[in-house]
Amino acid sequence: MKIEVLGIGCPKCNGTEANVRKALAELSLAADIEKVTDIQTIIQRGVLSTPALAIDGKVVMQGKVPTVEQLKLLITGA
Amino acid sequence: MSTQARKTPAAAAPGGSQKTVKLVLASLLAVAAAAAWWLLFSNLERLSSLLVYGALGMSRTSRLSSALAFFIYEAPKVLMLLLVVVFGVGIVRSFFTPERTRRILAGRREALGNVLASLLGVVTPFCSCSAVPLFIGFVTTGVPLGVTFSFLIAAPMINEVALVLLFGLFGWKVAGLYLGTGLVIAMIAGWTIGRLRLERWVEGWVYATAPASSAAGPESRTRWIDHVAFGRDAVRDIVGRVWPYVLAGIAVGAGIHGYVPQDFMASIMGKGAWWSVPLAVLIGIPMYSNAAGIIPVVQALLEKGAALGTVLAFMMSVIGLSLPEAVILRKVLRLPLIATFVGVVGVGILVVGYLFNIVL
Repeated sequence: MKIEVLGIGCPKCNGTEANVRKALAELSLAADIEKVTDIQTIIQRGVLSTPALAIDGKVVMQGKVPTVEQLKLLITGA
Repeated sequence: MSTQARKTPAAAAPGGSQKTVKLVLASLLAVAAAAAWWLLFSNLERLSSLLVYGALGMSRTSRLSSALAFFIYEAPKVLMLLLVVVFGVGIVRSFFTPERTRRILAGRREALGNVLASLLGVVTPFCSCSAVPLFIGFVTTGVPLGVTFSFLIAAPMINEVALVLLFGLFGWKVAGLYLGTGLVIAMIAGWTIGRLRLERWVEGWVYATAPASSAAGPESRTRWIDHVAFGRDAVRDIVGRVWPYVLAGIAVGAGIHGYVPQDFMASIMGKGAWWSVPLAVLIGIPMYSNAAGIIPVVQALLEKGAALGTVLAFMMSVIGLSLPEAVILRKVLRLPLIATFVGVVGVGILVVGYLFNIVL
C-alpha cells in the first residue's frame, strides 16, 4: 500500500504524516509513506487544499489534518 | 404506543425508530447544553465580581482588581462564544468546499465574479497553507486573476471568530461594519488588481500547469451527522489551537484595562490624531495574530479612547495581511504583484479607517 501526504510543508502536513504513522502502527500494517511537496505535482493531482492524503494513487481526503481514527478507517477501507 | 414497543429490537419498525430515538436524545442533549451554556454565560460578570471583590476581598478601585475582574469575566466569556461560533460556522462551512467554489467561479466575468468570490471567501473553509494550490487551481481553470484575489482577500480577512467576538463584545453594528467593509474591500481590491492586468507578474509556470480534473475527494455528504462532525472537528482544531492566544490577548487587554489611564489612547489613537490610521495599518501589516487573540486588545483600546476606525483598521491589517501568507504566495507571485496586493488592500483598509473616524 502506498500512502502519500501532499502538502508544501506547513505544520499541518507534518501533523498528517505523524498521524498516518500512528494509524499504521495501531493497525500493525506497513505501507510506503511518501511526502509530496512539489507544488506542480500537487496541482496535477487535482488537489486544491492541503494537506491532502492519497492512498494507492487515489486522493481520499484534502483540506484538513485527518485524525488517527479517520485514517484507520480510510486505510482499512482502501 | 408505549415506549416499550420502541425499545424492543424486534419491534415492527426497528431501524427507523432507533434512529428517531437517537435524534430525539441528541436534540434533548443539544437543548440542555444550550441552556447550561446560556445560564453560565449570562452570569459571568456577576460571578467575576463575586469572586474578585467578594471572595478575594479586593478593593473595587485598585488597578489590579480591575484588571483581574476583567480577565476572569472576559476569558470564559470569549472562550464560550468562540466554542459556539466556531461550531456553527464549521457546520456552515461543511456545505462548501474549495472545489465547489472553484466550479462556481470558473469563467465568471469580473465585477459579478468579484462579488461572488468575496462572499464565497467567507464561507469556504480555507487555510493559508493551501493558498498556493488554491491559487493555481483557480487561475488555471478560468477564474480571472482579480476574482481569485477577491477570494484570497476575503477568506483570511473576514474571520468568523473575529466576527462573532465583535458581535459579542460590541454589538451587531460593529460586527456588521466589519463584515460589510471587509467584503467591500475584497471586492474592490480584487477588481482593481484585475483591472491592472498584472498577469505578467504571476510566475510563468503557474499558467503552464495543466488544469487538473477534480480529484476524487469525498463526495458531498448529506447526512446531518457529517455536518455536525465537521463542526466538532472545527472546534477541536481551531479552539484547540487558538485558546492560548485568546488568553494572552485577554491578559493584555486586562492590563490595558486596569493600568492604562482613561483616555490615554485618545491622544495616540483618537479621532484627532489623523496620522493614527496610516500608522495603525502600517503596524498591523507585518503583524500576524489570529483573530481571537486580537479582539480583547481591540476592546481595551476602544475603552481607553481609541477611535473605532483606527482600531478596526489595525485589526483588519493584522488579520487580513499576514507576512507568513505573503511568504507562501511568493511561490506563485512575483514581488511586484505581492507588493500591489498588499498595497491595494492596505489602502482599502486605510480608507475604511478614515471613513469610520469621520462618520462615527
